[in-house]
Amino acid sequence: MKIIVAIKQVPVRDSNLRIDASGHWIDEDDLSYEINEPDAYALEEALQLKEKHGGEVVALLAGPERGSQTIREALAKGADRAIHIECDDLASLDTLGIANRLAAAIKDEKADLILTGLQSDDLGLGQTGVVLAELLGIPHATIIMQVEAASGSIKVKRELEDGWFQHVEMPLPALLTIQSGISKLRYATLMGIKKAKTKEVRRVSAGDLPQAAAATVTIERVYLPEKKKETQLIDGSPKEAAAKLVEKLKFEVRVI
Amino acid sequence: MAFKFKNVDFIGFDAILSEDERLVRDTARRFIDDNLIPIIEECNREGRFPRELVKPMGEMGFFGANLHGYGCAGMSNVEYGLVTQEMERGDSGIRSFVSVQSALVMYPIYTFGSDEQKDEWLPAMAKGEKLGCFGLTEPDFGSNPGGMRTRARRDGTDYILNGEKMWITSGSIADVAVIWAKMEDENDLVRGFLVPTKTPGFRAYDVHGKWSLRASVTSGLSLQDVRLPASALLPGSGGLKSPLMCLNQARYGIGWGALGAAMSCYDTALQYSLMRKQFRDQPIASHQLVQEKLAWMITEITKGQLLSLQVGRLKDSGKVSHEHISMAKRNNVAIALECARMARDVLGANGISDDYPVMRHMMNLESVKTYEGTQDIHTLIIGQAITGIAAF
Ligand SMILES: Cc1cc2nc3c(=O)[nH]c(=O)nc-3n(C[C@H](O)[C@H](O)[C@H](O)COP(=O)(O)OP(=O)(O)OC[C@H]3O[C@@H](n4cnc5c(N)ncnc54)[C@H](O)[C@@H]3O)c2cc1C
Repeated sequence: MKIIVAIKQVPVRDSNLRIDASGHWIDEDDLSYEINEPDAYALEEALQLKEKHGGEVVALLAGPERGSQTIREALAKGADRAIHIECDDLASLDTLGIANRLAAAIKDEKADLILTGLQSDDLGLGQTGVVLAELLGIPHATIIMQVEAASGSIKVKRELEDGWFQHVEMPLPALLTIQSGISKLRYATLMGIKKAKTKEVRRVSAGDLPQAAAATVTIERVYLPEKKKETQLIDGSPKEAAAKLVEKLKFEVRVI
Repeated sequence: MAFKFKNVDFIGFDAILSEDERLVRDTARRFIDDNLIPIIEECNREGRFPRELVKPMGEMGFFGANLHGYGCAGMSNVEYGLVTQEMERGDSGIRSFVSVQSALVMYPIYTFGSDEQKDEWLPAMAKGEKLGCFGLTEPDFGSNPGGMRTRARRDGTDYILNGEKMWITSGSIADVAVIWAKMEDENDLVRGFLVPTKTPGFRAYDVHGKWSLRASVTSGLSLQDVRLPASALLPGSGGLKSPLMCLNQARYGIGWGALGAAMSCYDTALQYSLMRKQFRDQPIASHQLVQEKLAWMITEITKGQLLSLQVGRLKDSGKVSHEHISMAKRNNVAIALECARMARDVLGANGISDDYPVMRHMMNLESVKTYEGTQDIHTLIIGQAITGIAAF
């Protein structure tokens, strides 16, 4: 089974984020980066499937030069090779633009299975995998907790709400977006890190891929949650005041 | 409760590490955070070596990490140093165990051993299936190992070993002991033997009542007419230089390791000082006397990182001398111990409790200061290197 895993590099979880001068994105200087958490589980799932069924795991990353560190880690954990779409303009693309690039870079790979994380820790849109599947013309399933492969098809377990699950059987090739926390992540071993140096990384320049149409979704403003404090005194008799309070809680604050 | 460790990097040190070096450090860090930190206080309290981590550490490639072939990871010396830093950030006892396995047992087999010895021991030791110990120190000879009384006598093609070794890390859990002895028929030349610990006449007993390195096993060894075939001799060993070469490997790792313990103490003190409030509801970090301690710690840790990195780069390019390694060991252990003491002050009463790692590091570092050449002995090594005069 040939499996492609899309992995994104995001700022490490407890980073101190600052807004950049444009107000459209975060200041990327002085940040440390790591693999997007759900993507780490997607990679783990791919490696486990390969251990069971044989085949090849290819890591796919779109991002700037620093992404090579995340690729190196994926190779050290056991991915066989990697594709790095080199680009500095991720923050200016929308989901369709990014999915277009990923699709163009892997269309000749003829993968049996494509795994992505459920969503990214920075943008949290949860759409890249779904759109990518549409562009490739293959079926997809989201929020996957378990994958069992048979010949030519797979059985997956999806997480629904309220503790409900759905079991789906689907044909291959297919795309799955993987939920976080579904297994125990392996470590990159020192032997793995050494071996990763010799593995192939195909570098694709974003300029060589078909140009995406202008983004239809753009980020207007990035800002830290604004704290607002306001005190209102409601007067009148207790009965009138209570009625006004209920009104405000219902229609202004919308908490009841 | 102890805090989750935050990376310590004041001057962009990480940026002068290579991608692989950072990856090695981060993977070792994750392993220690996941597997050692949750159990270390209990191990320390009970005086228990966490044997259950041996196999997982072997799978990670932590044993003999800077050796090549035989299932070893083939890391550079800087990468290997960063691994020991992370181990000792967890606990000096675990780092001691790994240092002994790697630098004091696998290294001499790799460097002085026959092909048969290498094939027999190295792959199994890299996996952690076999453990080793290093017997140089004796009850009456510590800083001056050249005075050792352990002797090897020839009997036909065999050797007979007699002697006592003391303060031997991993002694009673080892499958093989590297024993240094004077050769009676070679003019008392010091040479090394690989002694399987189940050989008749070999006995190991544990040292109890330690207030330091409680998560590591320390033993005395007794060898009474231990009969060994000629193939037990490390053929490439000859003279006191041989064990000192091993100690150099281990001391290099300790230079990095001590920084790990210092980072743990500093980071704990920093996080604690920001959280703990005294006087006018202000964090104690807002007091100048507390800041002075934190500033001293981070400055010394930063200088220590640069020292260890340069010594590592020299080692990787084959240009290191033993006095360089002495400087890293001497300086970094001393500042780590001082960091532990300062951090313990910053934590007030909590500083003496094992809810936090500080006092454990402090007590551990007292051993680290003594073994592998005491602070004073490294002073004399540096002194000899710069003056040309031995003052031992
Ligand atoms: C927990 C632990 C684990 C150990 N593990 C091992 C092991 O695995 N294998 C092994 O072989 N050994 C091991 N050791 C032993 C260690 O290497 C020795 O303790 C060390 O070399 C010091 O020797 P000593 O204790 O006999 O002290 P001594 O040599 O008696 O020194 C006592 C004091 O005198 C000072 N001193 C001695 N000579 C001089 C001099 N010429 N000038 C100035 N000052 C001097 C020393 O600096 C020190 O302050 C371990 C020790 C400990 C505590």
